[in-house]
Amino acid sequence: MFFSPFISKPDSVARIMLKVLLALIPGIALYVWYFGPAILVSITLASLTALGTEALMLRLRDRPVAPFLKDNSALLTAWLLALSIPPLAPWWLVVVGTAFAIAIAKQLYGGLGNNLFNPAMVGYAVLIISFPAQMTHWVAPHGLGQIELGFLDQLEYIFLGVLPNNATLDAVTMATPLDTLKTHLHLGQPVGQILDMPIYGYLAGHGGEMVAWGFLFGGLYLLAARIISWHIPVAYLGSLFVIAGIFHLVDPARYVAPLFHWYSGAAMLGAFFILTDPVSSPTTNKGRLIFAAGAALLTYLIRVFGGFPDGVAFATLLMNISVPLIVLYTQPPVFGKKGKQP
Amino acid sequence: MRKLYHFHGGIHPPSNKTQSTRAAIAHAPLPTKLIVPLHQHAGEAAKPIVQAGDHVLKGQLIGMPDGFVSSAVHAPTSGTITAIDMQLIAHPSGLPNLCATLIPDGKEEWVGLKPVDYRSHSTAELQQLLRMAGVVGLGGAAFPSDIKLRIGKQKITTLILNGAECEPYITCDDMLMRERAAEIVQGAEMLRFMLDATEVLIGVEDNKPEAIAALQQAITANGRVLQQSKRHEVVAIPTIYPGGGAKQLIRVITGLEVPSGKLPTDIGVQCFNVATACTVYRALAHGEPLLSRVITITGNVRQAQNYEVLIGTPLAELVALSGALPDTDRYIMGGPMMGMPLPSVLVPAVKATNCIIAASAKLFPPPPPAMPCIRCTRCVDVCPADLQPQDLYWFAQSREFGRAQVFSLFDCIECGACSYVCPSHIPLVQYYRFAKSEIRAREHDKQLADQARVRHEYHEQRLEREKREKADKLAAREKAAQAAKLASTRPLTTQQQTEQTEQTELEASRAHIREVAQSEVEHPEG
Repeated sequence: MFFSPFISKPDSVARIMLKVLLALIPGIALYVWYFGPAILVSITLASLTALGTEALMLRLRDRPVAPFLKDNSALLTAWLLALSIPPLAPWWLVVVGTAFAIAIAKQLYGGLGNNLFNPAMVGYAVLIISFPAQMTHWVAPHGLGQIELGFLDQLEYIFLGVLPNNATLDAVTMATPLDTLKTHLHLGQPVGQILDMPIYGYLAGHGGEMVAWGFLFGGLYLLAARIISWHIPVAYLGSLFVIAGIFHLVDPARYVAPLFHWYSGAAMLGAFFILTDPVSSPTTNKGRLIFAAGAALLTYLIRVFGGFPDGVAFATLLMNISVPLIVLYTQPPVFGKKGKQP
Repeated sequence: MRKLYHFHGGIHPPSNKTQSTRAAIAHAPLPTKLIVPLHQHAGEAAKPIVQAGDHVLKGQLIGMPDGFVSSAVHAPTSGTITAIDMQLIAHPSGLPNLCATLIPDGKEEWVGLKPVDYRSHSTAELQQLLRMAGVVGLGGAAFPSDIKLRIGKQKITTLILNGAECEPYITCDDMLMRERAAEIVQGAEMLRFMLDATEVLIGVEDNKPEAIAALQQAITANGRVLQQSKRHEVVAIPTIYPGGGAKQLIRVITGLEVPSGKLPTDIGVQCFNVATACTVYRALAHGEPLLSRVITITGNVRQAQNYEVLIGTPLAELVALSGALPDTDRYIMGGPMMGMPLPSVLVPAVKATNCIIAASAKLFPPPPPAMPCIRCTRCVDVCPADLQPQDLYWFAQSREFGRAQVFSLFDCIECGACSYVCPSHIPLVQYYRFAKSEIRAREHDKQLADQARVRHEYHEQRLEREKREKADKLAAREKAAQAAKLASTRPLTTQQQTEQTEQTELEASRAHIREVAQSEVEHPEG
């Protein structure tokens, strides 16, 4: 068919997704720098699983396989999930999480553009509920673990579950900075004292805070390239800052400073890469502000008062459910329907 | 500097205008055959008043306006009418329409022209003159201009001339403004006079500096002629598509938004295309009906240029002038954003034809296959009507037409900005056109059903009433008989008798009035 408009801007879904993938690279590079190359193994594993699952599901759903494999959206889900789970985890953890994310959370909802929930976060939620133990063994940053594994040792553990002689899993991994903080607060220690522990750096966890800088940098690129609008990251980080700030001002010994929350866990990744997923976030600007502020509140509540080590995934999923309602009530006025009618 | 306003969204497609502005407007040679459609304007088609075999003069009326919204059609040159029949025309439906075929005699013999001094005529007379001169909007919609001048009791403060020409490739208005600025300005003054507007603002996108300068010069030069010259102003507006949309242009220049479902006149503004103003001037000051217009021939051609073209000229002859390149595979009438593909290059140029683009697969590559919508809202960002195109697409696709209407589908101006930016290459505007036509068809069906229902109800009521009347009459007769019996036994006094007669007469006339009223309800006019 041939109809107007006959011209279009040279852009595509694949190119948009590719730019988002590129924007993740600074964060990934810093991840490798501080935590070793294991993360590259899980990213590769997740990517292959995602493409395989996507192809299989498309075939089962009788949809064209090639154009959808080339759209880079499955890769993005894979990368985001891989970045959310411990890199030094058995191979099947990544595979199960990614396969679930693509097959159930994406393809069964109708594939690209139709998923109500962020697939990567669904994958994460499934893993943390089903395999909580494996999900808490985070590899320690350089210089902090009792034993540091070489790349080959890491590969051996990921695929065979074998650690080098005289090493235990506890010796090579540790809890996340967020988790450590929570545990020690439970023991009654004040925030100031806890943050003196070696796993903490300038603002948050040693190493982790630098990775967060990487994601922030990539996120700024997405803003500059107009892949995302400012509404979600600004409202998310802003709200998180305000909420954490209020608690911190009330009792600095019990509630850590707001910047700690920014640079811990998946907050930065969430602000720029996860909550901004266009498919599962609101389409109105006002809706985006509400959505992100709600996610920030939930992130904080789950982190500080909940039982899970981080709150970004569940906050995202809970706000994803609210999207249709938010969008319905935040419709901007149409041209000629603004203000008073003469 | 005048304060300008924004409308939401808009895009900056490559303008591709310079190709066709290098040379001046050329007169297209007299074609061998003219096909003049009788329906070139919005509203009712004109009624043919000539027959095959008739000899006509240039400017002679051949189609009489028929209906309130209609316009006249004239012979573009002198010659012989060889047929009045159905011919293929440039219409999205691709259906043929009634046309007069005219073989020119080459003499260009004019019919007697009657120039008028517009200041010595009433507005109603001028409107009639424009209607009979076949003056319609030349911006693309071809709406009869006289109707737009019938403003009733509304007070028009601002007359806006639309010289924005925001669509890529098209330059006919640009060239017209450069070359005939004086006529445009005088036509604008005539329109202002008829509307009794206080100011005339000519909106031109700032990518046409030559046109802006020419208009400014024309306004200054005509200062003595135009009593109201200080009320004329050229407004350079930012170049952004669709800045030439009437509602968008009004918004940019005045800051006012035409309320949804209303007309510009409701907020004291009326809008005409610059080429229309030029035609109004020719029609009144020279008595010339609308016989030709400027058309841009561009795209995949050797020499893109603007031509003064007689209405009815087969587009094939026009394209030949510019030399379409060998790989040209189709033609577009209008611009690349809102134009329509031509069913054939043999269709004639009409009053609404502003541009012909020769297209090739290289110039306008077919879009890649559509991907699903990822709700990226690039379409929302560019929508000049502040709509949510991705939602409208969803509703149109799932045939939720009610929801589409709630989400203001009918405020969509089909500018195509959403489709232009869609990274999934979804033909969004096509979906909106489909939804709109479905809704219109349903409303039409519903109207017919409603009419039928109302008619049926009246029918039932009438049967009921007739039954009742019969019974009443019977009862009355019985009563009369009884009364007569009674009267024969006890005679009435004279006074009583007169009263009774008056009473009966009164009742009879009341019944008659009721009956007349009832029949009017049953057979409402129209």
